[in-house]
Amino acid sequence: MHNFDFVKPASIADAVKAMGHDGAQALSGGQTLIPTMKQRLAAPTVLVSLTGISEMKGVCMGEGGLHIGAATPHAVVAAEAGAVYPALAALAAGIGDPAVRSKGTIGGSLANNDPAACYPSAVLASGATVVTNRRKIAADDYFQGMFTTALDEGEIITEVVFPIPQKAAYVKFNQPASRFALTGVFVAKYPGGVRVAVTGASASGVFRWAEAEAALSANFAAGAIAGLTVDASGMIGDLHGTQAYRANLVKVLTGRAVTAAG
Amino acid sequence: MPKDHGIGASSKRREDVRFLTGKGTYTDDMNIAGQTYAVMVRSSVAHGRIVSVGTSAAEGMPGVLAVFTGEDFAAVGGNPAGWLINSRDGTPMREPKRPVLAHGKVRHVGDAYAAVIAETYQQAKDAAQAIADASVIEELPAVVNMAEAVANASNRVHDEIPDNLCFDWGWIEDNRAKVDAAIKSAPHVTTLELVNNRLVPNAMEPRASIGEYFPGTGDYKLTTTSQNPHLTRLLVAAFVMGIPENKLQVVAPDVGGGFGSKIYHYGEEALVLAAAKKLARPVRWTAERSESFLTDAHGRDHVTKIELASDKEGNFIAFRTETLANVGAYLSNFSTATPTFLHGTLMSGPYKVPNVYVNVKTVFTNTAPVDAYRGAGRPEATYSLERVIDKMCRELGLDPFEVRRKNLLTPDQFPYQSPVGLMYDTGNYQATLDKVCEMADVAGFEKRRAASAAKGKLRGMGLSTWIEACGIAPSNLVGVLGSRVGLYDAATVRVNATGNLSVMVGAHSHGQGHETVFAQIVADKLGVPESSVEIVHGDTARIPFGMGSYGSRSLAVCGTAMDKALDKIIAKGKKIAAHMLEAAEGDITFGDGKFSVAGTDKAKTFGEIAFSAYVPHNYPLETLEPGLEETAFYDPANFTYPAGAYICEVEVDEGTGKVDVVAFHCADDFGNIMNPMIVEGQVHGGVGQGIGQALCEFTTYDENGQLLTGSYMDYAMPRAEDVPFYNVDYSCQTPCTHNPLGVKGCGEAGAIGSPPAVVNAVIDALQRGGHTHVTHIDMPVSPSRVWTAMNA
Ligand SMILES: Cc1cc2nc3c(=O)[nH]c(=O)nc-3n(C[C@H](O)[C@H](O)[C@H](O)COP(=O)(O)OP(=O)(O)OC[C@H]3O[C@@H](n4cnc5c(N)ncnc54)[C@H](O)[C@@H]3O)c2cc1C
Repeated sequence: MHNFDFVKPASIADAVKAMGHDGAQALSGGQTLIPTMKQRLAAPTVLVSLTGISEMKGVCMGEGGLHIGAATPHAVVAAEAGAVYPALAALAAGIGDPAVRSKGTIGGSLANNDPAACYPSAVLASGATVVTNRRKIAADDYFQGMFTTALDEGEIITEVVFPIPQKAAYVKFNQPASRFALTGVFVAKYPGGVRVAVTGASASGVFRWAEAEAALSANFAAGAIAGLTVDASGMIGDLHGTQAYRANLVKVLTGRAVTAAG
Repeated sequence: MPKDHGIGASSKRREDVRFLTGKGTYTDDMNIAGQTYAVMVRSSVAHGRIVSVGTSAAEGMPGVLAVFTGEDFAAVGGNPAGWLINSRDGTPMREPKRPVLAHGKVRHVGDAYAAVIAETYQQAKDAAQAIADASVIEELPAVVNMAEAVANASNRVHDEIPDNLCFDWGWIEDNRAKVDAAIKSAPHVTTLELVNNRLVPNAMEPRASIGEYFPGTGDYKLTTTSQNPHLTRLLVAAFVMGIPENKLQVVAPDVGGGFGSKIYHYGEEALVLAAAKKLARPVRWTAERSESFLTDAHGRDHVTKIELASDKEGNFIAFRTETLANVGAYLSNFSTATPTFLHGTLMSGPYKVPNVYVNVKTVFTNTAPVDAYRGAGRPEATYSLERVIDKMCRELGLDPFEVRRKNLLTPDQFPYQSPVGLMYDTGNYQATLDKVCEMADVAGFEKRRAASAAKGKLRGMGLSTWIEACGIAPSNLVGVLGSRVGLYDAATVRVNATGNLSVMVGAHSHGQGHETVFAQIVADKLGVPESSVEIVHGDTARIPFGMGSYGSRSLAVCGTAMDKALDKIIAKGKKIAAHMLEAAEGDITFGDGKFSVAGTDKAKTFGEIAFSAYVPHNYPLETLEPGLEETAFYDPANFTYPAGAYICEVEVDEGTGKVDVVAFHCADDFGNIMNPMIVEGQVHGGVGQGIGQALCEFTTYDENGQLLTGSYMDYAMPRAEDVPFYNVDYSCQTPCTHNPLGVKGCGEAGAIGSPPAVVNAVIDALQRGGHTHVTHIDMPVSPSRVWTAMNA
């Protein structure tokens, strides 16, 4: 790890100011950024901690649905979102291990947009809104491929707003080593239709499976997707699973998610 | 009533108190005034010619004290190979020098070609990075695949070795023609090609070393993560550095796991000593986890073709194997013994089979060195046999339980001379097979299968039997086989004046629990409380010259040395008692902690004898020496042969290919049991590692020799959720016939017997589920592989 300065502002405004320093980078739970710095793959000169900003923490119902502060750790979401959005709470409870969940945050996860991360699938399947210090970004516009998002340099996610679905479930198949999602599917049923978002599988990051959405909007039952196939060509193929295997998982897990959603 | 004390009691592991409360002292915990930090400069390419090392980039960087390169060690020795293996044609193996720091070429990713010593760790890291950036290494094509390595003579790991072959070994060469003929004329031959996957040992504590030099006396001290401090001292002092042994103290303090990887001497140990001398300051080095992945000696990595010849009823006629065994870029200390004498000699398993021939070609590649890892050679032999037997049963429509039962050696056949050179002293393989069948409720399987099917899961059951040769090892036998070391062990029992004991042992405990078990044996034998016995290990300045711990040898070999030293203590105690009680030595008996004159009520307690030995006011000094301290060296007459039978049940998710191990039953014969709880723990750990190998662990290099599984993000370790509650039994006991404790060793058993049981169960599940085209899947039997095989 290289040397760096550390600041811990108490407000979003101060955080935005601190981010103006040359080489400044936001630090939330540190579960991604700190290991990267230890490996000397990142060398920010100023770390701007977001975890001391109370307006960026917490889970509550509000306009547009469930508001989750960007600096809210996974464990808090797991414990507090269950009453209104059980599938989201279950997703948070399945991230990493207790240490990761007590530190890692939803904002960090979304800013990083790891192609195997869990939260992006929930945000996309829920049609959630990513709120930053500058604007509101619809989920469909936010994710732009592996590790790529609509965020601009220095922009800070402040909260995420999830419309509450009628039914939803997330089914994650663990990558055997990291236990991130080898593939994970989040299915959410809203009065306007069903949304299906897939993480872990595609080389272009989290995506919506349109054919399944159409089929499930017509008939919300696992059997409704039986006739569909998933094109393997855009899938990730690596040590842990071939492209065809991941394409298979997309379909199998979607069916299981529909069953789990009830 | 279970015993609560002494031999056979489940005494709680006394060392765990310090381990579990954070009070252990591991190498990296030690801080020494004036210490400096070493960081290695490691190759980022698998194969390359060192054009120049950018040492000047580090000059003047803050805190930098010294820089070393391969040049600095050109004149010192190389890390020696502990076994000389001859090829089939009689020529000796090729033994390229393994230098402290790479010189001329780098040969695997992570190969260290320079080292920096600085005031702080971060300064050393910065300087190492600067040197790496400034160095010029001309990348050469990497030799990764073993078959290509042997076939392609133009691409050489070591320029002087044209075909990348270390040796081409036949065992037993005289059997070859007979075995070939038997296979040719056999009614049925089953052939299986399989891979025994390469494993990274992943000890919880990474390797670490601290070198010290004391200019006043010229003494050196090396504190290091070693399973065998005396062997390390011998290797570093005599072979590599040329330091007189009596000028080097090696301390292996608390060591957090080894599994074999800490048997060996590594270049960093020599480096910190050389640097400590140059700077006259302590020099410390601790591996980062990524360095552990890249540079700890890996395990397994065999590619094998096995043929099993039989009649149509499944009676075995012959086994023949051809194996390519990877040794990586350099020979590690025992890497030539593992695929040969720890593998070929076990290739008849627990079975009566007249004809066995093993061929092993050992191959250099641009990968990390490969050496002994929990089980070492024996898991590879067991896996090949137990997989091919299952395949044969399927081909001939025979029951795998019955086929094994009728081919097992029977109790009346011991001692048994195997066709591959070992003399099994005792065993009862039917007993463990019967026991495991009872434990697993084999008859109830169909019902369990139906219950799994109702949940949408395919269920399968897999059996394996296993045997190993451990209690390593009779020196005169291994000497004939090519070992360059002796494999005896030693113990010193020091009875202190106040009656408590310090017992110095050559075995090293790096998690096994010796401090508890050895004390139980001493307490039992002398009739003293366990709490009065202290087991001392891991410091060449305190213990006798023993050979450390590996190969399930500590109890069978070092425990026996200790037992013999205790015999000497009792004999000496009788002499003292005879003097004190004014009786003839021959009339003194010892029992229950008392020396008594036979047929009288005259007696002295053990404590009284001990005290008198150190306060010898009226000793007849011409015939009775003061003191009560004895040392014994013990060299075993034979290996020990633990054996057993394992049954695994799995459920397979057809949609995802995921395998869940839902039950695992072990019936083992370890001979006499000293501490049942520790034995169970050893079996649990071993089976867990075996399940890891079977389902998860997979060391993968790409075609350029880059390690793709260099962190826990991609190297899958088994976790608690991946293993079931084990059902372990050790009630079938045929005590070892040639050591006084009757013990055989249990440390490696689980890792040897479990992988084939798991894979057999998976194939069974797929077959029963209608995927009859799947006859084999290579380990790790990962979800993707299982799904791909089902859908092929
Ligand atoms: C062992 C382990 C297992 C894991 N398993 C899983 C898993 O199963 N599923 C899963 O989804 N994830 C998993 N993770 C990742 C975990 O969820 C992390 O918490 C997440 O990737 C990053 O969140 P963080 O709060 O730690 O972010 P940090 O590491 O602090 O930051 C990550 C990046 O986001 C930026 N950033 C952080 N917050 C903001 C913000 N509010 N606005 C703008 N940019 C910001 C940072 O500058 C940095 O670039 C695992 C991590 C570990 C270490």
